[in-house]
Amino acid sequence: MLLLIFNRVLLAIPTLVGVVVVTFVLTRALPGDPAAYFAGPAATQQSIQEIRVKLGTDRPLIEQFGRYISDLARGELGNSLTTGQPVGKEIKARLPASAELTLIGLLFAVMIAVPMGILAATRPNSFIDHATRIVSTAGVSLPVFFTGLLLVYVFYYILGVAPSPVGRLDVFLSPPRHVTGFYLIDAALGRDREVFVSALKQLVLPALTLGIFALAPIARMTRASMLAVLSSDFVRTARASGLSPYKVVVTYAFRNAMLPVITTLGMVLSFLLGANVLVEKVFAWPGIGSFAVEALIASDFAPVQGFVLTMAVLYVLLNLSIDVLYGLIDPRIRINS
Amino acid sequence: MRRRDFLKSSAAAVAGVSAPAIFTRSAEAQTRSETLLAISENAPNSQDIHGVGANRPAYEVSWNSYDRLMTYGVKKDEQGQDHYDFKKIEPELAEDMNVGPSSITFKLKRGATFHDGAPITAADVKWSFDRAVTVGGFPTFQMKAGSLEKTEQFVAVDDRTFRIDLIRKDHMTIPDLAVPVPAIYNSELCKKNVTAQDPWAMEFTKNNGAGSGAFKVSRWQPGTEVVYERFDDWKGGPLPKLRRVIWRTIPSAGNRRALLERGDADISFDLPNKDFAELAAARQLSIIGTPVENAIQYVGMNAKEGPFANPKVRQAVAWAIPYQKIMDAVLFGRAAPMFGDGDNVATGFAWPQKHGYTTDLVKAKALLTEAGFPNGFETTMSFDLGLAGVNEPMCILIQESLAQIGIRFTINKVPGSNWRNELLKKNMPLITNTFGGWLNYPEYFFFWAYHGQNAVFNTMSYQNTKMDGFIDAARAAGAIDDTAAYQAAVKGFVDMSFDEVPRIPLYQPYLNVAMQKNITGYRYWFHRQLDYRQLVKA
Repeated sequence: MLLLIFNRVLLAIPTLVGVVVVTFVLTRALPGDPAAYFAGPAATQQSIQEIRVKLGTDRPLIEQFGRYISDLARGELGNSLTTGQPVGKEIKARLPASAELTLIGLLFAVMIAVPMGILAATRPNSFIDHATRIVSTAGVSLPVFFTGLLLVYVFYYILGVAPSPVGRLDVFLSPPRHVTGFYLIDAALGRDREVFVSALKQLVLPALTLGIFALAPIARMTRASMLAVLSSDFVRTARASGLSPYKVVVTYAFRNAMLPVITTLGMVLSFLLGANVLVEKVFAWPGIGSFAVEALIASDFAPVQGFVLTMAVLYVLLNLSIDVLYGLIDPRIRINS
Repeated sequence: MRRRDFLKSSAAAVAGVSAPAIFTRSAEAQTRSETLLAISENAPNSQDIHGVGANRPAYEVSWNSYDRLMTYGVKKDEQGQDHYDFKKIEPELAEDMNVGPSSITFKLKRGATFHDGAPITAADVKWSFDRAVTVGGFPTFQMKAGSLEKTEQFVAVDDRTFRIDLIRKDHMTIPDLAVPVPAIYNSELCKKNVTAQDPWAMEFTKNNGAGSGAFKVSRWQPGTEVVYERFDDWKGGPLPKLRRVIWRTIPSAGNRRALLERGDADISFDLPNKDFAELAAARQLSIIGTPVENAIQYVGMNAKEGPFANPKVRQAVAWAIPYQKIMDAVLFGRAAPMFGDGDNVATGFAWPQKHGYTTDLVKAKALLTEAGFPNGFETTMSFDLGLAGVNEPMCILIQESLAQIGIRFTINKVPGSNWRNELLKKNMPLITNTFGGWLNYPEYFFFWAYHGQNAVFNTMSYQNTKMDGFIDAARAAGAIDDTAAYQAAVKGFVDMSFDEVPRIPLYQPYLNVAMQKNITGYRYWFHRQLDYRQLVKA
């Protein structure tokens, strides 16, 4: 197992190097000039040139890259122009917000999609199977910003049951004392019921928006993999032995069908982190997605590079943990490795 | 770990998470009636207006959390709304102001302190002014506009007396003391936070307050939220009615409107014109639209090269702009028209004022033929994508209209971050843009926008010595209060700008604000940011 982890980490290094190079080149290829932004409203060509010299953007690309790498080696991700803060600090503050939202969204999707997929597989072409098909098609074809705005319109604007879409907490509450950065956990640790409830309420609509988007692949994959397992020999044997349908489906079939579902979950989690960008925009969620988009609009290199790098590291870690999970769930993987 | 153990333990972990937590403490109740919730699209990137690259929202933080020596008084505008009065300079931190022939002396208010309790002395004022003229960039540039250029000009005579020695007579000097830039910083606090690379503590003031303003920042989450508490020992004016201000960033325009309509947010500037027009019609909220002083949205043409170098071509374009359509379909009436005055001769000496062009395609076509382009020509029109909500439909309307006289263009959308850079290159043939000057003087506008010094705001690269003569004459006459010469010069450059039309004024934009009916005391300011100090929430 340790060897497996070690191998995986080793394999991740070229990926990360590639990401660093590509983001550097891509951000430099963007139109826009941070020096012009820095120089302010009354800048002359000369004062912009002075700032370019100060920022080092007048140097050849390769030299800029060298400087970027040496900063990176010291853990420096640079400064954001749009928020005025060091990128590392921003990402550290904003990552928990995105992670909390994504995880709750995923949890919601799993809670709906997995039972739906199982039911659909056990009763193919029944009403529930068609319903699954419709829900998953609708979920995947509705863009998240649209679902988000629609939910806000219906539940906040028309019905008035949802709280106002102003971010992670009601405006009149202060954030809980920082422990993990997850407001739900921090509020629970601080035993602050009001903040906990408010944070939970604020999470509902954005998590729902993300969840609806994530339903489809999970439900489809659960259904497909359950169908395959249910038609296999050992399930037939179990049924022939007179085991209860519940025991056959849940204990034997589902556990074996979990493997592809876990893979899909990993994939879904990664693209949810991406889909977050729009959900965060709609719900004024102070996550890393909205941070990166704002930076991109302002040609603010450092946060974009920091964001892509963070995401790359997260993906690597995510894939690693999924591989480890595999080993725990399926003994064959462990033996082969 | 074995497989079964893992499955068991993960099941236990899930159960642990869903187990109900026990809560004991409830957060203290906060008074919502004394708290203002303002929402905006963008967030400040600094608390300090001197900061490199400080954005517009940063001006708002600085304005409310710092004091200046002087400030502007108030008047009623044509709609009966409060409007700052640029002709009335009133004391803020200074108790009085004595204008001598070669210097101005200020006495500071007794007992005024910074947020940390330190008394405000003339040494703080000197340090702050020295900083503004030394750090470069925008603050230094703005100080220069009032002939405040060298540190030797600023003298701390004693603890409460501060003197500015004038290097030349300039009628912008006193007005320039009341703009956000010459804010007074707590110099002792700042000096504790200087480093070798940062002798003016710019890093410190970016993230921390060092002022004496009516509100102090109590929480700042960059990009998300600014929370202010009232500074109860404020000496700069009458104590504000609001105790607390929460300023949240809400990126989605639709949600900003929903928050206002549901009554959850109190005030916002940032809505599309269409929303403002609809909200004004619905009457549920107070909507105030104030023409932005000394600001004009215009179509600029490159007067240096290409077909637009010919004034006849420029006049042809001015006769072919669909002015009224732009007012109706793009702005929903929420702007002051700058066209259709009847003739191209200045009316009075105020700026902005209407020119005489309207939409007359026959006249336009005739002028174009006269200029030697009977079949028109091809070009490109550029706009700032950051303001696409207005610029894009406008360009499409202009495209349609100009095509009818044979001028065909493709639309070039420039990303907001690159717009200034493109402007500086001065090679775009046709653009639309807005320019507004803080100081409300016609010659100030023309100095930046039409003068042959070719500043970045002279986006047309228009250079004409006769025009420069009028502008320089107005500046000189203004400085010595020679009204007759001043008015002649203003009339001269306004007439000339209409006749030569290197830029075609379209409209004077409004600064729109939407607020709940129980919010009163809103005041329009030249910096177009919110001043919390006069606001009252009933």
